[in-house]
Amino acid sequence: MQQNPSSDSIVSLRDVQKSFGSLRVLDGVSFAVERGEVLALIGRSGSGKSTALRCIDRFEKVDGGEIVVCGHRVDRPDVDLRALRQDVGIVFQSYNLFPHLTIEQNITLAPCAVKGLAHSQAKDLARKVLAQVGLEEKLHAYPEQLSGGQQQRAAIARSLAMQPKVMLFDEVTSALDPELTAEVLKVIEQLAADGMTMVMVTHEMGFAKGIADRIVFMHRGKVHETGPASILTSPTTPELTQFVGTGNLKS
Amino acid sequence: MGGHLNINHLMFLGQGALWTIGLSVIALIGGGIVGFVIALARISPLKSVRIASAVYVQLIQGTPLLVILFLGYFGLAAIGLKVSPLAAAGASLTLYVAAYLGEIWRGCIQSVPKPQWEAAEGLALSRTQRMMKVILPQAIRIATPPTVGFMVQIVKNTSLASVVGFVELMRSGQIVNNSLFEPFAIYAIIAVIYFAMCYPLSLFSQRLERRMGRGRSNLAPA
Repeated sequence: MQQNPSSDSIVSLRDVQKSFGSLRVLDGVSFAVERGEVLALIGRSGSGKSTALRCIDRFEKVDGGEIVVCGHRVDRPDVDLRALRQDVGIVFQSYNLFPHLTIEQNITLAPCAVKGLAHSQAKDLARKVLAQVGLEEKLHAYPEQLSGGQQQRAAIARSLAMQPKVMLFDEVTSALDPELTAEVLKVIEQLAADGMTMVMVTHEMGFAKGIADRIVFMHRGKVHETGPASILTSPTTPELTQFVGTGNLKS
Repeated sequence: MGGHLNINHLMFLGQGALWTIGLSVIALIGGGIVGFVIALARISPLKSVRIASAVYVQLIQGTPLLVILFLGYFGLAAIGLKVSPLAAAGASLTLYVAAYLGEIWRGCIQSVPKPQWEAAEGLALSRTQRMMKVILPQAIRIATPPTVGFMVQIVKNTSLASVVGFVELMRSGQIVNNSLFEPFAIYAIIAVIYFAMCYPLSLFSQRLERRMGRGRSNLAPA
């Protein structure tokens, strides 16, 4: 569309402002994600990282600034939300699979309803994306019959079936124990290896270090420090030093 | 008629009971259709639609059914529309049931966890698709026990249609009593018949609720 600030960027935020009531959650946030890049948003609870992520898919409306995602001007009120969300896949902390549908139906729903895919094609697609996350055998299971890790992998498969240009992950392992976390992270690693553009909010510092091309450390609604994954081992600001210090203790 | 209670009286009461069931079904179907529209209107993105439907619900819930029935029957006659007792009772009960079912169902729709809406939105489903394919199927499960429970109220409330001359169970009891003058015996029979119609519904509602309780984890936000 119009005046894309950096033509290679899949996602770009410029001076984004967002308040909930009198609480300023995002205070001039800017960052960009290039094609094929993996960007990890880290920071304390309440630092604004999840809000920033949700703004990309317009689950939150911004008060000011500019957001461009795959050519869509997300900050504008007239943005075509359905077109935006075909380009952007989002995976939530709480999986949010549809409990009344089988895994296959969860996956085929949007490709059939939104893209008009034929049912037989959609079923093939479901098998393909489930194979990608290692869950082919759960095609006909209902979400409640799956473990948390399996549900999250199925949710990732459901997003993949829409063939998004960028995937957003909002603390997708926070509800899982370490073992289940590992199986979900493995799937995300494979996606990164396949070249998927991704933005992830995560508390898994070791994982962020291993997979992210770039780290954005948020602090009090601002991008406090940003750089390659190496900033996690040699941070320059005292806040990030303290943050990775406490994070390393956990991992 | 006259004399003692005999098989003909009981047949007459039975016929009245059938009309009670008929009127209940009319009220349920009519009220269900209008109530569904009310439920959707109550959560419409358009403020004017939300307000209009809320006013409707408040007006009906704040008016005795008896008054609604009189308004339906005599009010329509006053403006020159001659309506049969069945039509007046059916229309009045439809309006009444719609207000209550609309509110019950609105609550059920809104009790589907918000992340379900977001997940559906994130998959680029339109509002109608989100409603039809994701939210309503879950809301219907939640709504079934209270809806069946409310059917008990509908069955009992049809007895008020006797005031506009519709011969359902209550009115047929009055008619039989007018010839026999055995009010206690006759109204006891009527009470038993109402109970026989309502109790199975209550039981069914309770059973549905228990079954729902077991499947609850299904719907809880993770």
